[in-house]
Amino acid sequence: MSVLAHESDEELPAWSLSASAGEGINLPSSWPERVTRDWAWGGASGTGVRVCVLDSGVELDHPRIGTVQRSVAVTKNGDEVTVADDDSGDLCGHGTACAGIIRALAPECELTSVRVLGAGYTGSGAVMLAGLQWAVDEGFDVVNMSLSTTKKQYVDRLHELADAAYFRRTMLIASAHNMPVESFPWRFASVVSVGSHEDDDPYAYYSNPKPPVEFFARGLNVDVPWLGGKTLRCTGNSFATPHVAGICTLILSKHPDLTPFQLKSVLHLTSTNVGSGE
Amino acid sequence: MSDLRAAVAAGVLGTEDAYRSLLQATVEVARAIFHAKAASVFLLDQEADELVFEAVAGEGAGELVGKRFPSSTGVAGWVLTTGQPLVVDDLTADTRFSREAAESTGYIPRGLMAVPLLVEERALGVLEVLDRPADSTFTLAEMNLLGLFANQAAVALDLLQRGRRARAALDGDGELGALARIAATLEGAEDEQREAGLRLLAALEQLLR
Repeated sequence: MSVLAHESDEELPAWSLSASAGEGINLPSSWPERVTRDWAWGGASGTGVRVCVLDSGVELDHPRIGTVQRSVAVTKNGDEVTVADDDSGDLCGHGTACAGIIRALAPECELTSVRVLGAGYTGSGAVMLAGLQWAVDEGFDVVNMSLSTTKKQYVDRLHELADAAYFRRTMLIASAHNMPVESFPWRFASVVSVGSHEDDDPYAYYSNPKPPVEFFARGLNVDVPWLGGKTLRCTGNSFATPHVAGICTLILSKHPDLTPFQLKSVLHLTSTNVGSGE
Repeated sequence: MSDLRAAVAAGVLGTEDAYRSLLQATVEVARAIFHAKAASVFLLDQEADELVFEAVAGEGAGELVGKRFPSSTGVAGWVLTTGQPLVVDDLTADTRFSREAAESTGYIPRGLMAVPLLVEERALGVLEVLDRPADSTFTLAEMNLLGLFANQAAVALDLLQRGRRARAALDGDGELGALARIAATLEGAEDEQREAGLRLLAALEQLLR
C-alpha cells in the first residue's frame, strides 16, 4: 500500500483528489458549441450582480447613476485605518464617472462605492489596501479598480488580496498604466487589466495577444457623469476599465456561476477581435 | 549618506535658479506642444501632504507659484494618489472641477489634462495642461505624448528636489553638514591646501575602515 493512500475521503488534504472522488465533484456544463455575445449576455441587464467601485466616492442621486446601494469611506487616523458608512459623496468626480459607465451598461446591477481618496498621498497605499480587503471580504462579484500604486511595499499584500479575490469569485478589473512605470495590481494575472482603444463603441473590446494589458476598451472622449449632476467628456484607461466591469456584470447576471477564470475566457471569446463581436 | 553625496554634487550641478529655469522651461514646452492656454507643475510636499504650484506657464503665471491645496482631493489629487493620467473636457464649463480650478487659479478652464510625475516608485507631483484648442479632437497618441513628456518633467522635478535636499545638508548644523562643508571648502581651496586636505581625508578613511 502506498504511503500516500488514505483510508477515507475525509482524511484527504485540500490539495489532493482521490481516485474515486472525481465523479463526486462533477460541475455543471452548459457551454455552447460557440460562445457568442448573445449567449454571454443577450437580454442581461446586470440584475443580481453586486458591483463595487473602489475610487473617489460616488455622487449620491446623480441622474445618470440613480441609487447607489451602499457608500463607505476608508479613512486613516495615525496607523489606524477604518472602513465606515459615508454620505459625503465624491471628492473628485472620477468615481462618479466610473459608476456611471457601469450603470449605463448594466442598469439593474447593485452598486457599492468604496471611497479610498481623501486620506492624503502618504496614506493612500494603506487606504487602498484596506478598501480592497473590505471589498474582498464583502464578496462582491465585480470590483472596479481604476487605480494603481507604484509603492513596492504594498505589492505583496496587494498580490495576496488579488489572489484571494480570484479564488472567492470576485473579479477585479484594474486599469493598466499607460506610462513606463512599474505599478500594480493591473500586472497580476489574477485580475483583468484594461487599456484604451479609440473606437466610440462602448461594447467594442479587444483581447490583447501581448499581455500584461489583457483587454482594450473604450477610453477616449467618453461622456461620463461628474460632480454636481453634470456630465464631462473624459479620456484615460481609468474610463476603459469600467466598460469591461460593466460587460463582466452583464455576463455574470446571466451566468452567475462563472469563476473569474471562466469569466475571463468568456471575455476573450466574445472580444471584437476574436468573435468579431458576434 | 545620499544627502552628503548630493550635497557634494550640488556644487557641481547648479543652483536653485538653474533648477527653477529647467522646470519653467518644462511647463512652457508642455503648453506649446499641446497649444494650450496654461500648464503647471505641482510638487508634493510630503510633510504637509499638500500639492504646491511649483511652475506655471500662461494663465496664472506669476501669481500661483507657492499656492497649496490638499494632496488627495480634486482632479490633481486623484491623479497623484492613483497614479493614473486623466483628461477631462468640461463642455459646459459649469461643473465642480471647473469651479475648484477657478478658485485656485482665478481662471475657468474648459478642459484639462493631468498626469502624475513618477520617478521609480515615488510620485513627486502632477503636471497639468489646461485648455487645448476648442476644436481639437483628443487622441490616444496625445495621451502617449503626455505620458512621455511627464517623464521628462519628473526628472526635472527630481533634480530640483535633490538640489534642495543637498542644500539643506550643506546648510545643516549636523555632522553631515560639517562633512559637506569640508567637501565644499576643498573644492574651492588652493592646490597645496587641497592636496593636504585630501591626504588627511585619505588617512581618516583608512583609519575608519
